[in-house]
Amino acid sequence: MIVQRWGRLSASATGFAFALAIALMFVPLVFGLATQEKLTSLLILVLMASMWNALAGYGGLVSVGQQAFIGLGAYGTVWLCNHNWNPYRAMIVAALFCGGVSIPLSFLVLRFRGAQFAIGMWVVAEAAAILVSLDQSLGAGTGTSLIELNYYTPSQRQHYTYWLTLGMVIFFLGLLFVLLRSRFGSSMQAIRDDEQAAASVGVRVVAGKRLLFVIAALGCGAAGAMTLANTLFIEPTSIFGVDYTAWMIFMVIVGGLGTFEGPIIGAIVLFLIQNEWSNSGVWYLVGLGAAAIAFALVLPRGIWGTLEERTGVRVMPVGYRLRRTAKVDARRVVKGART
Amino acid sequence: MTWVNDVIQGILLGGVYALLGCGLALMFGVMRIINLAHGDLAVLGAYFIMVVLDHWNVSPFLALLPVLPVMLLIGYGLQVTMLDRSLRSGVLIPLLTTFGLSIVIQNLLLEKFSPDVRSLGGNAGAIATSSWRISNSISISAIGALGLGVAIAVLGGLQLFLSRTQAGRQMRATAQDPDTAELVGVNARAVYARATAIAVAIAAIAGLFLAIRSTFFPFAGPTQLIFAFEAVVIGGMGSLWGTLAGGIVLGVAQTIGAQIDPSYAVLAGHLVFLAVLASPRGGLFSLRGATQ
Repeated sequence: MIVQRWGRLSASATGFAFALAIALMFVPLVFGLATQEKLTSLLILVLMASMWNALAGYGGLVSVGQQAFIGLGAYGTVWLCNHNWNPYRAMIVAALFCGGVSIPLSFLVLRFRGAQFAIGMWVVAEAAAILVSLDQSLGAGTGTSLIELNYYTPSQRQHYTYWLTLGMVIFFLGLLFVLLRSRFGSSMQAIRDDEQAAASVGVRVVAGKRLLFVIAALGCGAAGAMTLANTLFIEPTSIFGVDYTAWMIFMVIVGGLGTFEGPIIGAIVLFLIQNEWSNSGVWYLVGLGAAAIAFALVLPRGIWGTLEERTGVRVMPVGYRLRRTAKVDARRVVKGART
Repeated sequence: MTWVNDVIQGILLGGVYALLGCGLALMFGVMRIINLAHGDLAVLGAYFIMVVLDHWNVSPFLALLPVLPVMLLIGYGLQVTMLDRSLRSGVLIPLLTTFGLSIVIQNLLLEKFSPDVRSLGGNAGAIATSSWRISNSISISAIGALGLGVAIAVLGGLQLFLSRTQAGRQMRATAQDPDTAELVGVNARAVYARATAIAVAIAAIAGLFLAIRSTFFPFAGPTQLIFAFEAVVIGGMGSLWGTLAGGIVLGVAQTIGAQIDPSYAVLAGHLVFLAVLASPRGGLFSLRGATQ
């Protein structure tokens, strides 16, 4: 039996991901503004899904309130721009601000488990939305737009927004990739599978969860700031809306909870559905909800997780795999390694 | 004296939150899951009552009677088809499925009944508007008092059911340890289905009072769920009478917040909830160590 991290497939897949990231940087030079806007929204979805997956899939923390950070990231950007910051620098600082807020907040909400954490975070998001809508300088309840971006031409604006979003997605996915491959990654998966057992073998459970919580806050803050840059207008009820959580849950459940690649697949699926059917209004949302239920009940591992389980294929080398050397049934070994 | 009045109004409001919360507390107590569609089920109940009123010109309280068995069946069906399956796979999946259910219910209501904001206050007649004046600034509304009375009756009924009946004892045994309960002949799945059926029916009662006291619309559920959950947590997770106390604390916080500035009402409730979370005990009647 051989324990290995890299296979031929995962080596080429990692190379491909690297090449894809570089290729995506050249999109503004080739494609028009409409395509860039669409791709930006897809990248934001990838970022949100990956952050939610980091929390739920690796930390076991199901949050119904990540829109708190999405909203704070967007409104933080508006606030900084009102104080004469360069808008793109403001977006980065606003994301960092979300990370900063999440540290003290984690001491409050991480005392909760399961559903209590889920709705506790929701209350935090609701409270943040009300506080923001009470502030007249942020446009109160009626919303506000990022007028500072008007100093750029539309094509400059879309270029910068696209590049910054791409940069953030690469940064956060890269960070997750490195973290999951480190000692931390194994300890997080141990926490997800059995918290008490993990603690009993010396895993620092709370510290691990806190790190994931802060990373997810940073990432969601960045996603919120980039949503503002891409749509130019926000209002408290929509940017702090629980719809974002609905989308994140859909993407992660459909793609594959607790896998690195799953949320990316889920984001692409949601993106395609949104482009195809979002005009059919009510039934589109009914379908999204029903699909989330169906996946949760029938394919709880999602598209990617099921594929990995059935075929034993590992594309991104974030875990270890066992390879048979002699007369061992490979399928049983791989299954055993997963569970 | 306005403060005294605020506290009284808050206590009455707390009755409705307790009604909303006790179904949530029951399901959490028995199955350790939070039904994220609970608020939407209450709103669904309100719409059902509205449909009955469209056909028969009766009091909304009478219209509740045919709705209750329908809600019992919905709860039972929900448990058998969806929740049972989700229970098997840990804490994550029930949250995700009930969240999906919440989106489905909201959008089906939107499709069927349009996004109009509605109220059943007009159908309820004199009880919706009459009140007893205690002094110039203090008055007790009839519907508020009735809501609190019904909340106490429902909680008392649940308490009696759990402590005195065979089905109630089975439910408590299953809540403590489903495997051992099954060993002595309890059908845990049937117990779970009964618990969800009761919880969903109580949600419809809460929906009735929501519809008469204020307004409802297809997306009103999540706000109600948050209030219900806050009542449950402030009361100490899973304790029935604690839920009533939690509902009253939340109601009083909201009415006092509204007295300072109407836009602070909900915020005040959220802040009290977060303050209770931050407190060392984490709930008024908390049994944190025991329940986790």
